[in-house]
Amino acid sequence: MAYIDLQNDLPGIRGPMVYRPETGTILNELAEILLHDDNNTLSRGDREMIGAYVSSENDCFFCQHVHGAMAQHYYQSEMSFIDSIKKDYQTADISEKLKTLLAIAGSVQKSGKLVTQEQIDAAKLQGASDREIHDTVLIAAAFCMFNRYVDGLNTWAPKERQVYIDRAAMRARDGYSQSGLQK
Amino acid sequence: MPYIDVDKNLPGIRALLAFSPETAAPIGALAELLLRRSDSLSMADRELIGMYVSYLNDCFYCNHSHGEIAICYLNGNRELVDAVRKDYRQAPITEKLKSLLQIAAKVQQGGRSVLPRDIEQAKEQGASDHDIHDTVLIAATFCMMNRYVDGLATIAPQDMSSYPLRAKQIVEKGYGNHIFLQPQPQPL
Repeated sequence: MAYIDLQNDLPGIRGPMVYRPETGTILNELAEILLHDDNNTLSRGDREMIGAYVSSENDCFFCQHVHGAMAQHYYQSEMSFIDSIKKDYQTADISEKLKTLLAIAGSVQKSGKLVTQEQIDAAKLQGASDREIHDTVLIAAAFCMFNRYVDGLNTWAPKERQVYIDRAAMRARDGYSQSGLQK
Repeated sequence: MPYIDVDKNLPGIRALLAFSPETAAPIGALAELLLRRSDSLSMADRELIGMYVSYLNDCFYCNHSHGEIAICYLNGNRELVDAVRKDYRQAPITEKLKSLLQIAAKVQQGGRSVLPRDIEQAKEQGASDHDIHDTVLIAATFCMMNRYVDGLATIAPQDMSSYPLRAKQIVEKGYGNHIFLQPQPQPL
């Protein structure tokens, strides 16, 4: 049960977004630019994975499953692959570059002040551009907002992982700004 | 030194908004909606919530920027803003605002740290669902802003006389692209 009367029964962030569509629309715009817009040299899969990883570190059930399913959709992988990255990205079968970006995201999740010059240098050594580092930090920071919005209001989340997987293709096709805020 | 190549003449988040105008638009719009609205939460209350979360996140730039904006709305009452930072429970503010700052402080730790008792206390002090919603989203938003600002090691001016000048820009014109497109105010 959400802590406030959201006047709808939608799960996760969709509840408060529909409760207050003015801010909901803007949050969706931000998600669209960061995660779905193709004018970006980071793949949609990698960007969703950064969001899923930060959400997992924040222990936000709804967000880590929504965005884990999105990453799985773009990677065309099994969910076990996503789980292996969340569990230990250092040993997961992903690029060295993505590992350095997840390290930066992991620091941002705890505090912006924990990102080190060494982490930035390591990412640049793997070919990460300023733009990609910027987007990694902002995606990680934005999920620290989304996760707190979702859990701070105690919204509900479907327990079945398949529910999230089933919705991923539709969200990948339509994006976030077209997701609509109807009840 | 910022970790990426941004305009060195722009402080804090302003350098990042200028670096990435696409994301600057929704970030500016979010700040405007959450902080420049006066209803059962005043603009001063909203800035105090943002300032307090920034203080807890040890984000120098946001803490002092939003502290100065709050001081403007509070007609220069710097003592009140300092008292909130030091211990909001003892500060000369309403019991309702104290209960909302408690929720904000829990959100700063993590969304799951907010407990039913925190919400009940706020409702007992007259907080509406709308007030609680905005408090949680303001606190969450500053957890983003603070990480964005410090995660990229932006420049936080050490000349404290520059903060009231930037605060005046926001108080007069609100949030939006003018804060990085217009020349930065310079201390005399």
